[in-house]
Amino acid sequence: MLDDFFTRALVAGIGIAIITGPLGCLVIWRRLSYFGDTLAHSALLGVTLAYAFSLNIAFSVFVISAVIALLLLNLQKRTRLAGDSLLGLLAHSTLAIGLVLMGFLSSIRFDIMGLLFGDILAVTLQDIALVWIGGFIILGILYFIWKSLFSATVNYDLASAEGMKPNIYNMIFTLLLAGVIALSIKMIGTLLITGLLIIPAAASRNITNNPKQMVFVAILIGILSVTIGLFTSLELNTSSGPSIIVIALILFIISLIPLELRGKLQK
Amino acid sequence: MSKNNLLVSLENAGIYKSPKWLIRGVSLEVKSGQIVTLIGPNGSGKTTTAKMVLNILEPDEGSLKRYTNKIAYVPQKINIDWTMPLRVVDFMRLTNNLSNNEIIESLNQTGVEKLFKEQIHGLSGGEFQRVLLARAIAKKPELLVLDEPVQGVDFNGEIDLYNIIKNISANLNCGILLVSHDLHFVMTATDHVVCLNGHICCSGKPSSVIKDKAYIELFGEHRSKTLTYYQHDHDHTHASDGSVSS
Repeated sequence: MLDDFFTRALVAGIGIAIITGPLGCLVIWRRLSYFGDTLAHSALLGVTLAYAFSLNIAFSVFVISAVIALLLLNLQKRTRLAGDSLLGLLAHSTLAIGLVLMGFLSSIRFDIMGLLFGDILAVTLQDIALVWIGGFIILGILYFIWKSLFSATVNYDLASAEGMKPNIYNMIFTLLLAGVIALSIKMIGTLLITGLLIIPAAASRNITNNPKQMVFVAILIGILSVTIGLFTSLELNTSSGPSIIVIALILFIISLIPLELRGKLQK
Repeated sequence: MSKNNLLVSLENAGIYKSPKWLIRGVSLEVKSGQIVTLIGPNGSGKTTTAKMVLNILEPDEGSLKRYTNKIAYVPQKINIDWTMPLRVVDFMRLTNNLSNNEIIESLNQTGVEKLFKEQIHGLSGGEFQRVLLARAIAKKPELLVLDEPVQGVDFNGEIDLYNIIKNISANLNCGILLVSHDLHFVMTATDHVVCLNGHICCSGKPSSVIKDKAYIELFGEHRSKTLTYYQHDHDHTHASDGSVSS
């Protein structure tokens, strides 16, 4: 069954949607969407390095993302520039460094479009194993640190005062985020990963009223986006990443409808 | 637990934030069953001191010693973004695993058990303060730190909440560190007052603090005097059990 490239893409994609659901919720609760974007931009550098030194792409992307996250924390201590300026600085400079390095590696052919937008044909059995095992580890860690992480997300001081050690868990969360980006880069591409993190979570917020519900509905919407998106991409011969994101957007728009209706009913 | 069990102590502690000391030379203790209040003008370092006691801020000089981990905190300000769907019941479980009964019991104590399933975003300022206090009580803490716990609460509600705070201290035998603007409550119901203005101006029993020169300078002769004869100037009377009858 897994011989078929489409089935492979579907299995990998659903795995990714299950991971991006909960992490996406945390990203929008913590207003970190631009941070996710920065990590994703830096992923290009990770991919280039992976080619240059024949490393595993996911591993290389993870290491670079983690380094960027730590750099950001360090920069925040050294300067009073606002967070978004620092993120912009990191995002675009790592993207540029990645592209410059790519120029030096002229002997290797890069599939730039695949890198930026994901490539459905490229998903291998190894990728599937990586997504599911990696995803299992990420979600396992997330499950164990959820209480602390969640309380720190609601209010840092409160969590800190009541012994939840938010510092440590914020750091772990950042690493998990880097992990998700590393796992999903091949499917979704560097430019669109943040979309898969944010859009299902945002759509879910529109129709849910407590945190757990929001997480589960975000996962569902993610799975739907991946499934419908992949079928569409097969049917219309479009890139897989953008197709998935477009479907997610459509689901988001649908999620707005009940709110509107509720508003009208109340009037 | 013995009655004079020391819960937390600050010794000569201070926080430096470039280019100045926010607060310096603070020494204070909170023991079980005791209400210690921090008073002082805006920017005098009350919240900073509370955060040192809670170990949210690490003192840049001096030291903090804590003898309990059962701590609950009511911060001065909490903003919960709409993006986070949160019911009162979810909020109550934020740092603690509580049964529904325990949650309702605590909400009941602050008079907001009806809000159990409500969204946090829909609450009024006063309701939210009551939920915050209920959450802190539900933890059955040994040390409770309250930073302006009655802000946004209406006049009768304030009296309610202060009564609840007094009861908590008595029933749970927990130590309370309170940051308050309400000099009336401070002077009538707390055991120890610390008056701050970047450092400790004066401290001691309320009766001695109101006679202190530093205190009078800080709060003005008028206010400090009026307090002495404001002590029982209510627009209502209390029944013997402390409930209000008008």
